[in-house]
Amino acid sequence: MAKQASAKDILLTPVFDNNPITLQILGICSALAVTSNLDTALVMAIALTAVTAFSNLFIAMIRTQIPASIRMIVQMVIIASLVIVVDQILRAYAFTLAKQLSVFVGLIITNCIVMGRAEAFAMQNPPWASFLDGIGNGLGYSLMLIALGVVRELFGAGKLFGHEILPLVKDGGWYEPNGLLLLPPSAFFLIGLFIWALRMWKKAQQEPADFKLAPQVKEGD
Amino acid sequence: MSSNKESTARTLIVAFIVSLVASVFVAGSAIYLKPAQQQNRLLDRQRSILAIAGIGGARLSAGEVRALFERRIEAQVVDLTTGEVSTQFDPASFDALKAAKDPKTSAELPGNEDIALIKRRERFTTVYRLVKDDGSSELEALILPVRGYGLWSTLHGFLAIKPDLNTVVGLGFYQHGETPGLGGEVDNPKWKALWPGKTLFDDEGHTAIKVVKGVAAQGAPHQIDGLAGATLTSEGVNKLLDFWLSEQGFGPYLDKLRRNGA
Repeated sequence: MAKQASAKDILLTPVFDNNPITLQILGICSALAVTSNLDTALVMAIALTAVTAFSNLFIAMIRTQIPASIRMIVQMVIIASLVIVVDQILRAYAFTLAKQLSVFVGLIITNCIVMGRAEAFAMQNPPWASFLDGIGNGLGYSLMLIALGVVRELFGAGKLFGHEILPLVKDGGWYEPNGLLLLPPSAFFLIGLFIWALRMWKKAQQEPADFKLAPQVKEGD
Repeated sequence: MSSNKESTARTLIVAFIVSLVASVFVAGSAIYLKPAQQQNRLLDRQRSILAIAGIGGARLSAGEVRALFERRIEAQVVDLTTGEVSTQFDPASFDALKAAKDPKTSAELPGNEDIALIKRRERFTTVYRLVKDDGSSELEALILPVRGYGLWSTLHGFLAIKPDLNTVVGLGFYQHGETPGLGGEVDNPKWKALWPGKTLFDDEGHTAIKVVKGVAAQGAPHQIDGLAGATLTSEGVNKLLDFWLSEQGFGPYLDKLRRNGA
């Protein structure tokens, strides 16, 4: 990434052009696990954005002081501390959501996006730019999570944020929900479709094929 | 300044300072947020007690839960060995799980008696009485804390029974770490809905309630459908019920209630 990139570029590039989920294919695990309804998807998105932004900020602040030999572990200490604090705050102020998110808040520590941005951006850039980069990548992740959450909750349960949108057949409405959407594998299909749509729109993200399929020929012809 | 950045001394100093700052930060937030978290845990417990007793949904607000709990639930501390109600503790603040860890207030269970795999059983525990709404303090349901090991974790929950001390009002777990989608289905409302109306004891007074493998026989009063793909969690639920309904658990207390009339 160019060093002279403007604040706006740093903030917005990760949302569509360099989205951590659709282009870098990072953070898939939590994107499958917490998006069956919008409440948890939104809380997870906010938590991850906050952790990425502040870990980037703190790491950039001390980047010139960190000895290379313990670079990774220093990053981990900062990230882990932030995640514990976020977890504690959720337990204090959003207990039911914290219970639903269970281990996934703790697992932000191992989310590749956080570590990836710390190593790739915050170690080389000043604090303010790093902070914006963290917010930007958090937003890219959030956008995907919310898009997944909307599709899965709306078509899987006929609801958004727990409020009924499509009245279900079993409650006397007309909508027969697609139960598959509530199961984690459905997020795989949806992420695949989102990647396809995004790469149709932004052709630059298309990757060259690694190999070509050989034409099918009958033996003996 | 950066010339000796990679020296061993510098590395140790940086590691030490980063760890120190991070630990102060983490410890500070944990201490500062502890009261709010305890409030939440208490509220969560009260909410699950109300839900298992069948009088509160998940939609109640915090204030409603507190008010309903205050009005309808009476807590009392029970001596599990004698079955007597004890007055030496304040039921509102007595913590049975803490008591179970303290050697002074609990006893280690010998391996062959520890069927629920809880290792130590407290001498005193808190039971909850759901009383009628007319202010007569007549018993409507008795809510007993139960716990036992499933596949990965200790399941903590409550069993609510009718004043006949035999018919189930509800069973639910407020804390466990079983596999989501398999053993975690102990939280599934559909499975929990199978419990009310079942009976715990057979005609001879032996514990007969059982989570069976597969589907329960039609109209069988003591059988519950098994959890698909969660044999060990189902077995854990059976064992914890066996334990807490035995002489080791609430047996003496229930005997006393039966003799004196609930």
